[in-house]
Amino acid sequence: MVIAEAAPHASSARDKGVSTASRISVERVSHGFDTSSGERLEVLEDVSLEIAPGEFVALLGPSGCGKSTLLRLVAGLEPADAGSITQDERPITAPDPSRIVVFQDPTLFPWRNVWDNVALGLEAQGVLKREKARVDEALRKVGLEAFAKSWPHQLSGGMAQRVALARALVNNPKLLILDEPLGKLDSLTRLEMQSELVSLWQKNGFSVLLVTHDIEEALFLSRRVVIFSPRPARIVAEFTVDRPYPRHRGDAMLADLRHEILNRLGLGQSW
Amino acid sequence: MNTTAVLDHNAIIVDLPESRDLPDAPTQGGVSAAVPKPLLNNEKTRRFKAYWPGLWAVLAWGALAAVTLGIPDKGAGFSDDWPYTREFGVAAAVVAALWLFLSIAASFRTWPRPVARGIGFFRYSLPWLVVSALLLAVWEILAAKTGVLEPPFFAPPSSLIDAYINNHARLADSAWNSVKLLLEGILWGTTVGFTVGVSIGWSRRINYWVHPILRLVGPLPPTALLPIAFFFFPSSHSASVFLIALATGFPVAILSWSGVAGVNKAYYDVARTLGASRFFLIARVAIPAALPQVFVGLFMGLGASFVVLIVAEMMGVKSGLGWYLTWAQGYADYVNMYAALIVMTIIFSSLISLLFAVRDRVLVWQKGTVQW
Repeated sequence: MVIAEAAPHASSARDKGVSTASRISVERVSHGFDTSSGERLEVLEDVSLEIAPGEFVALLGPSGCGKSTLLRLVAGLEPADAGSITQDERPITAPDPSRIVVFQDPTLFPWRNVWDNVALGLEAQGVLKREKARVDEALRKVGLEAFAKSWPHQLSGGMAQRVALARALVNNPKLLILDEPLGKLDSLTRLEMQSELVSLWQKNGFSVLLVTHDIEEALFLSRRVVIFSPRPARIVAEFTVDRPYPRHRGDAMLADLRHEILNRLGLGQSW
Repeated sequence: MNTTAVLDHNAIIVDLPESRDLPDAPTQGGVSAAVPKPLLNNEKTRRFKAYWPGLWAVLAWGALAAVTLGIPDKGAGFSDDWPYTREFGVAAAVVAALWLFLSIAASFRTWPRPVARGIGFFRYSLPWLVVSALLLAVWEILAAKTGVLEPPFFAPPSSLIDAYINNHARLADSAWNSVKLLLEGILWGTTVGFTVGVSIGWSRRINYWVHPILRLVGPLPPTALLPIAFFFFPSSHSASVFLIALATGFPVAILSWSGVAGVNKAYYDVARTLGASRFFLIARVAIPAALPQVFVGLFMGLGASFVVLIVAEMMGVKSGLGWYLTWAQGYADYVNMYAALIVMTIIFSSLISLLFAVRDRVLVWQKGTVQW
């Protein structure tokens, strides 16, 4: 079975039937924008990418290269100009709660307390009344059950991002799309949250598409690192990170990979 | 018992040699077990401490009473005596007695919480209590005792009692009619203004058609439309409701619109990926996010509605506080005008306070909002 092969660590979640993972296929996608000066800005050029069910894939590339645009297309927030994106063989045409995005900013709704923020998806899908326990469970997963009644402005950056994660997890997504979710956190919180992400992924078994510009983060978290060129973004390299989880930051093999990736990005001299 | 306890104002120093020597204290727990009961020996307790500043309020109101009762009135038209001078003086004396009572009460520390809170408010208000008595005394002296402020344009505070007692029915009726008219207009204005504002903030097509009209008609002072409105509408009442609604609705519409248009687009992205419908995006994202702005619009609209209400009542409506003002003016009855003005400030200020109370409830999630 495909899922079992791709996500052997996710057996507990699968047994309970809580969450399954999606296969995402991006085929020859190109995309661009019309700028305010009337020019055409090509952002993605002929990008093809396959995410196996339960796989953790990281996109790495120079900032402004179009990684986030690809995420928006996969999320279904915008249609691609050319090419096709499918989820389990079905084309993606609109946003869907089976593919949840966590943005760089937590974007919690300030007028809702933590609990109500996490409940957002269930409320929007009209199932909140029956499924209240799922909200409590999601808060427990990120360790914030004590803050259910707090307002977003009372939370630290790390806590707010945890709430955003809980808001995503409560929907039992089949694909978690992470757009530099730890980019604005301080470095210690960041390390802590990276480990948490790994364990959440292992417990839930969803597929993950992560955009980051932190090589170490990509290597610590993902099974595959995809390197993008500067805009218009093309895929220039892929690295498989064949190390067991939880990984160690001092792992010599990760260090070698890091050197290789830096070389690929034209930054090898700084090593 | 060889435990010696020394109680100071702030600190409790307990000398505790061996806990087993304490008859009924637990064998462990140290200090907390050894704290002696209050009121031991000749120690000083803090149950009573004279609240001397309270006497300033007593003195000030006593002085007001003395001035009012002790100095004869002068220059009130036909006779020298203003009505209700005696009553005003006696009332001031009663108030002084009340402050004395509260000062004594404030000297005790052992009140239950609600009483203690009331006393706390008394202490907080004390400077104002003193100053207000002094201002009233100066006013009474200038208007009633020396005639420096001449009638009929000026009247002493004591004469306001006369206005309220002899005209309370008419005044209450006017106030009631004003409030009814005002609320009717505000209700319409808020409902329509909010709906229009949210619609043009949300829909580009509605914006295309409604925005130019709003831009053209909005800045027009509703009072300028008064003559036309009185002509076109079947009654002066409906005309006034329309104008008040217009005055309230314009700022509410503009600020609801800018509130909805200014919602962080990322909120919509988040809600859409979570499965939100169009209705959910409007009702659960756009409107809550716009509410802080809407309340600013309501605040502005309320202020504008007061203006229109009073002008409309002065110009055409045959009841209400505005009408009362012109009516009093017709009789050169300035005392009654002051009386009506005071009622007006109380009503309008209460309405604004109510609005802010509602806002504080609805927007509890906000930090650092405008204070009222």
